[in-house]
Amino acid sequence: MRLGSGTFAVCCVAIEVLGVAIFLRGFFPAPVRSASGTEPQAELPAPEPSAGSSSNWTKLPPPLFSKVVLVLIDALRDDFVFGSKGVKFMPYTTYLVEKGASHSFVAEAKPPTVTMPRIKALMTGSLPGFVDVIRNLNSPVLLEDNVIKQAKAAGKRMIFYGDETWVKLFPKHFVEYDGTTSFFVSDYTEVDNNVTRHLEKVLKREDWDVLVLHYLGLDHIGHLSGPNSPLIGHKLSEMDGVLMKIHMALLSKERAATLPTLLVLCGDHGMSETGSHGASSLEEVSTPLVLVSSAFVRKSGDIRRPRHVQQTDLAATLAIALGLPIPKNSVGRLLFPIVEGKPMREQLRFLHLNTVQLSKLLQENVPLYEKDPGFEQFKMSEKMHGNWVRLYLEENNSEVLLNLGTKVLRQYLDALQILSLSLSRQVAHYDIYSMAVLTLLLLSVPKALGPAAELDVPLSSPLFSLLFYLMLLVLSAVHVVVCTSAESSCYFCSVSWLVAGGAMLLISALLCAIMSALTKTGVSMKHAGKNLASSNSKWSELDLLILLGTAGHVLSLGASSFIEEEHQTWYFLVSTLCLALCQEVCRNHLLSSDGDPQCSLHVELGPKGDALVLQDKAEGCAMLEADRTHKTASAFRQLGSVERRMVLASPWAVLCCCRLLRSLNQTGVQGAHRPDLGHWLTSSDHQAALSILAALSLLTVFLLVQRRCSPMSKVALALGLLGVYCYRAAIGNLMSPWQRGNKDISKGIIEARFVYVFVLGILFTGTKDLLRAQVAAAGIRARTMGLWEIYSGLVLLAALLLRPHNLPVLVCSLLVQTLMAEFVWKPLSHDAAEVTVMHYWFGQAFFYFQGNSNNIATVDISAGFVGLEHYVEVPAVFLTAFSTYLGPVLWASHLVNYLSSEAGSPAALRHSCFCYALLCSLPVSAYIILVTSLRYHLFIWSVFSPKLLYEGMHLLITATICVFFTAMDQTRHMKS
Amino acid sequence: MKDTDIKRLLYAHLLCIFSIILSTLVPALFLENFSILETHLTWLCICSGCVTVVNLALYLVAKPNTPSKRSSLSHRVARFLKCCIYFLVSCFGYHVIFVLYGAPLIELVLETFLFAVILSTFTTVPCLCLLGPNIRAWLRVFSRNGVTSIWENSLQITTISSILGSWLGAFPIPLDWDRPWQVWPISCTLGATFGYVAGLAISPLWIYWNRKQLTYKNN
Repeated sequence: MRLGSGTFAVCCVAIEVLGVAIFLRGFFPAPVRSASGTEPQAELPAPEPSAGSSSNWTKLPPPLFSKVVLVLIDALRDDFVFGSKGVKFMPYTTYLVEKGASHSFVAEAKPPTVTMPRIKALMTGSLPGFVDVIRNLNSPVLLEDNVIKQAKAAGKRMIFYGDETWVKLFPKHFVEYDGTTSFFVSDYTEVDNNVTRHLEKVLKREDWDVLVLHYLGLDHIGHLSGPNSPLIGHKLSEMDGVLMKIHMALLSKERAATLPTLLVLCGDHGMSETGSHGASSLEEVSTPLVLVSSAFVRKSGDIRRPRHVQQTDLAATLAIALGLPIPKNSVGRLLFPIVEGKPMREQLRFLHLNTVQLSKLLQENVPLYEKDPGFEQFKMSEKMHGNWVRLYLEENNSEVLLNLGTKVLRQYLDALQILSLSLSRQVAHYDIYSMAVLTLLLLSVPKALGPAAELDVPLSSPLFSLLFYLMLLVLSAVHVVVCTSAESSCYFCSVSWLVAGGAMLLISALLCAIMSALTKTGVSMKHAGKNLASSNSKWSELDLLILLGTAGHVLSLGASSFIEEEHQTWYFLVSTLCLALCQEVCRNHLLSSDGDPQCSLHVELGPKGDALVLQDKAEGCAMLEADRTHKTASAFRQLGSVERRMVLASPWAVLCCCRLLRSLNQTGVQGAHRPDLGHWLTSSDHQAALSILAALSLLTVFLLVQRRCSPMSKVALALGLLGVYCYRAAIGNLMSPWQRGNKDISKGIIEARFVYVFVLGILFTGTKDLLRAQVAAAGIRARTMGLWEIYSGLVLLAALLLRPHNLPVLVCSLLVQTLMAEFVWKPLSHDAAEVTVMHYWFGQAFFYFQGNSNNIATVDISAGFVGLEHYVEVPAVFLTAFSTYLGPVLWASHLVNYLSSEAGSPAALRHSCFCYALLCSLPVSAYIILVTSLRYHLFIWSVFSPKLLYEGMHLLITATICVFFTAMDQTRHMKS
Repeated sequence: MKDTDIKRLLYAHLLCIFSIILSTLVPALFLENFSILETHLTWLCICSGCVTVVNLALYLVAKPNTPSKRSSLSHRVARFLKCCIYFLVSCFGYHVIFVLYGAPLIELVLETFLFAVILSTFTTVPCLCLLGPNIRAWLRVFSRNGVTSIWENSLQITTISSILGSWLGAFPIPLDWDRPWQVWPISCTLGATFGYVAGLAISPLWIYWNRKQLTYKNN
């Protein structure tokens, strides 16, 4: 049994996808969790320690505040409150911070700075893993122990107004709620009015204990126009008014109640200079945290810089403030100034509760917890605390008591700090063994791909089986040794033996395949000697560029700035590619226009030594090369003069297209703030220009795609593109020519679904044609048409999902494809591998032209909501992935089209599939090794990890594409 | 092909390298606060001027190939004017290519243009000196097997190495080191200069090492 190289590539890529998935699981560490799980029954709180006589205080301390109002303003950066903007636009808050009874901090949010993980961090006190970003799209119910849940269990009545995420996270916890969706980023007044309109009523009522408000407007303004826009000032003033209203109402309530109230102002994450968030720049992680209560000591007006604390500290503080047990997974510590005014015994009790909770978490997550300095400190302070309680109960001298108490207090605070630190560090602990196994697997894949370029891989031979069993034995021995010797919590050990065995089976099978393939090449080297030599000498400048470019891109992944600015690499490579093509075109043109005598002279003189000939160069090569050049040149001569001119011009046209697209979307880190055409078009003043541009783009798309469609799909395509325009006009992006004036913005559900119907219809026709081509003897024509119809279906879907200002990207992509296919690849007769590499490069470049970058924040999530009433996971994820990886997908499908219609040799498709798999898996493998070795790099979370996620996703897409390739190849086989 | 030829080539190239070194050192004596990085444009002009002058001098003195059958004054003037036009065209061509590569279109026009000028100085001027305004000869030299003398061979090497140098010079621009030489187009001009110097230095050596394998029909 043998495998074709295409099928082999598909297997390898599939294994690689699996490998990357497990690598990601090992790389993004499991968050620190309490083992006791989520069982509802509350454990008894830790009793107050006491030496000798038992303490009489075993219950939880009572709440400190009667009512708590939590005002969370999305994307509130610290300088919006504490900086010059705060002084200017938030006078009341500034007054509270500087002179009022308040404590203010700068709370540091950990990346990813996206809303849902931040809400989780605020409420559970734990650090959500990086993978939570992906789950940010659908917020499932928060099962982890958290403040809201504890409050509900304690019978507190909670009210929530604001971002819908909360309602999804805590579906049954609020007695009253009104969620606003952050669906329309362009709306920044309505979302906040929807929150504020309830305030008046709620503040008059007495039947609640906790009020949570989440304002989204500021974040939307940030996304729209950045942190320096004048809209920010208005919004901050509005928020200041809201705060003043709440504070006044709370103060008036306090007169009647016995306990004071607490007002908390915080932000979930900051805002970068471009107005987005998600990464870990200082602007994105610094958020203000202001606690206001009449219980605090009024400040005398000395302005100090607010202290830096962690965002996770709020959970523990809120729990103490409400008299609740601290959430189990919290790694935060109590913000001590809150309890400073309380008697010493209570202060110590609070600190003790927090330390006990942290040390319990440490015990469950660290095997050697007894050696941890924090734990030792905790034991010591607990003992001293016991002594203090005994003294207290014996009613000793108050001054001694106070001195000792202060000492214990300091001890506790130290212990808390160390514990919190070592727990946070625990999160950054990597699972080395499982990473090593998978790295081995990944390493073997490109190696496996390398030598098997044109070989079929044998699956059964005697040597093969022996080697296979040996490998399996060795691997399982290693596995057993590693898993039994160390008691480390390694993911790969914890998976079931069956899965581990399967993985090892795969690894050894793959390694053996490589081995046998290598030996086979070694044996057949002599026979193939001549062919190899000729294939080596065929390298032109273009091949050299392709090789160097691929290698250079892989190497560039080692530098964090090259990852941040990866688009520059691709733009640079594509421009160079165009120039190289230009050179080749020119040379061919001159050779052919020189006419026969010159050319034949060339061929004649080549081996004779008129020109510079190196002696080591085999004569046959020179012959061959001259032959090839001659062939291309003669092919060139057959073209008409107009066509020839087009051939000469088309690389330049492609270059111009690329340059235009480059200025459409500025992306990356350094260039993101620069003005670009995209921003100019999306600003509301230029809506007319945008509408015209979009209409023209859609028209051009139709003209370019319809050439090779069947009449049925032509009509469908036209109607679909019309539907795209209607959809964009309905949701208010574009001006609609027929309903002027009335600006009722809908979600455009009907229009979008109308387009979906046509997309599905075209795809269905295409599949039908393909099947017919396979069954009947309809021949190549039906097949090509079917492929083209699938391609046009994808184009239509892309037109729907792309934002209107990005439609030129689609147009240029189609234009470049047409130009290159018609006037460069066909006349110059590039072979399948070269065409594949060029497609891959252009695909990558178009990925960045569209405005993507290696930063999570640039993923256009709105594409996932096109035509959907509300969030549905599967289609939303699919649509978002498609719209993000539109460039690579469109170019790959064009590659299939081109190869199956143009290339003569039947192996072309197989060869190109193999090349595509290799091209994609090479950077992934190299990158995984790099990331493993750089795992303690400063930028590992902000730069390298998002890129790793992108690469993983890209690999998945590639695997799908390769499967499609192979399917095409198989149908072709069956037919022939 | 004799060793004396290679020696002459080497001296000529040493003179070119020397002129570039002088263009970086001498102006500091006459001009206040002259440095390559801060007054980059001035340096570009001076360097380009120096290299052009040296190339012209070499052309007039050495006259590597003297094909001129008709050498009337008017013919010479026409030839010179043609050379100037070629030079300008190559400057603008380079400028367009830089913009297509992503150089800013409106800002920094002067910088980009001077980069085009210096790259033309390194590539077009030697070609004009050696081959004259004769596109066909240029194409012959730069096609794969068209070199007929060591001068043309060295011309090929220096031209390709200066273009390659400026291509490589673009690499450090995206890095976040915040160095003054990372600014467009300084790293590229420096890359071009280093490439040119490296080409000048390497080509005599390369020809010397490969002199047994190199055979030219005309020499």
